[in-house]
Amino acid sequence: MTAEFSLRNKVAIVGVGESDIGRVPHMTGLGLNAQAARRALDDAGLKVSDIDGVLTAYSFTEPYFMLGSVLCEYLGIKPRLNASMIVGGASPAVMLRHAAHAIALGQAEAVLICAGENRATGQSRDQAVAALAAVGHPYFEQPYGTSIPGFYAMIAQRHMHEYGTTREQLAHVAVNTRKHALLHPNAHMKKPSTLQDVLSAKPIADPLGMLDCCLISDAGGAFIVTSAQRAADLKARPVYLQGIGEFHTHEHLMCAPSLTAFGATHSGHAAYGMAGLGPQDIDVAQLYDCFTIVPIIELEELGFCKPGEGGAFFEAGHASLGGTLPVNTHGGMLSHAHAGAAGGLFGIVEAVRQLRGGLGERQVEGAEVALVHNEGGILSSHCTLILANEKG
Amino acid sequence: MSQTLPKPIANADSAPYWDAAREHRLVIRRCRDCGALHFMPRYICPECWSEALEWVESAGKGQVHSFSIIHRAPLAEFALRVPYVTALIELDEGPRMVANILGDDALSVAIGDRVSVTFEDRGDGALIPQFKRTGV
Repeated sequence: MTAEFSLRNKVAIVGVGESDIGRVPHMTGLGLNAQAARRALDDAGLKVSDIDGVLTAYSFTEPYFMLGSVLCEYLGIKPRLNASMIVGGASPAVMLRHAAHAIALGQAEAVLICAGENRATGQSRDQAVAALAAVGHPYFEQPYGTSIPGFYAMIAQRHMHEYGTTREQLAHVAVNTRKHALLHPNAHMKKPSTLQDVLSAKPIADPLGMLDCCLISDAGGAFIVTSAQRAADLKARPVYLQGIGEFHTHEHLMCAPSLTAFGATHSGHAAYGMAGLGPQDIDVAQLYDCFTIVPIIELEELGFCKPGEGGAFFEAGHASLGGTLPVNTHGGMLSHAHAGAAGGLFGIVEAVRQLRGGLGERQVEGAEVALVHNEGGILSSHCTLILANEKG
Repeated sequence: MSQTLPKPIANADSAPYWDAAREHRLVIRRCRDCGALHFMPRYICPECWSEALEWVESAGKGQVHSFSIIHRAPLAEFALRVPYVTALIELDEGPRMVANILGDDALSVAIGDRVSVTFEDRGDGALIPQFKRTGV
């Protein structure tokens, strides 16, 4: 393979925004995107006319053909760069990678990246569950009553079998992120939950219970990327992209090469390589957490602990605020919000906020370098990125 | 009850698979050039991109690579069946496939259990490969 074109220090995230989150029945999915975009624009101190690129992902509740064009039309933007990119939950990080390349090549100057939908109130709970069932293979998985929690449950079961990961360790992931969410003013979940709450929650797909599964929220998220040069003159402290990489191994679980080794190892390796950094340099991590098993596997694949030790890492409190590597300081998709591709996007928003500083009780002291991991499908598509508040 | 569950849908890639299932046979794809076997039938070999593929019969035996007991059905048709087992079966020939574990002892399933294929009636003569535990 030829050496990859380096994006290190070339672009910065200069604005971030979250819509109202939770149950927001008076807003459409597009409206939630618009609200988040407006807030990101204000945060950056830019004008709408400065935005010349727009990327978005997909929507289950408002499944427009050409969603990227539909969003631009809704926002009144006529960009010179636009697409809707669908790699499931990995979409936001992958969109950042495409935006960074476009900016580095002069194809756009300021790219708005937006995602989200009204999953909580734009459809019934049964519709939401049925729509998500379509992620399974239509001919070889769905006829067996497979569900997304069921696929991740099989991954959890195999991890427990091979490494001795315990049910309690899975529950610790949920408890940890809930504690963090309580410190976030816009998180969907407002009440604490205990280990016992997680263990005794309604069973969904063994070993996963209701509180091991991500939320179903109304939420939109947005961020704005521009060149490092331009970022220096803007309102907010720039957060520079240091490294980013992706890797894809399958879509359907039946075709996964392994149930314990996924593509995050490769995406992480590429991101670390570009950044010239390693796991020991990361101050805070925002890891995709659609189900409690997922951040456990990501910790292992991204080199924060050995294979099989991710569960113990959470159990020991290392991933809590004040621990060696605070994980999902906003509360993650388990407790802050999950609404399609917005789930992983909020990890990027939170990483930027941590690197700017001033988050009060939620602040990771002295955070200078953050890692974000997005994954899509059934741990199928992976994108890892590393951000820093100074050029590396 | 099983006849209210979804019938298999055949397409150009998979019609011979579902035709074989109607005859109580489990078939998988084999590449004549590199010998690789694959599940989820394709037009092309995912290992070497050869177009010279053939159907071969699986012995229908394998082991449970992983499983989950589903308590919350994703679709209304499956709600009557909960709790039920979805499993990733590793066939003795190598490829993995998803199926349910059927039988009175299905909920006692464990990783590594030996299983063998059985065929579930989904109505109008359509049969779908499923698995039962066979002990060690």
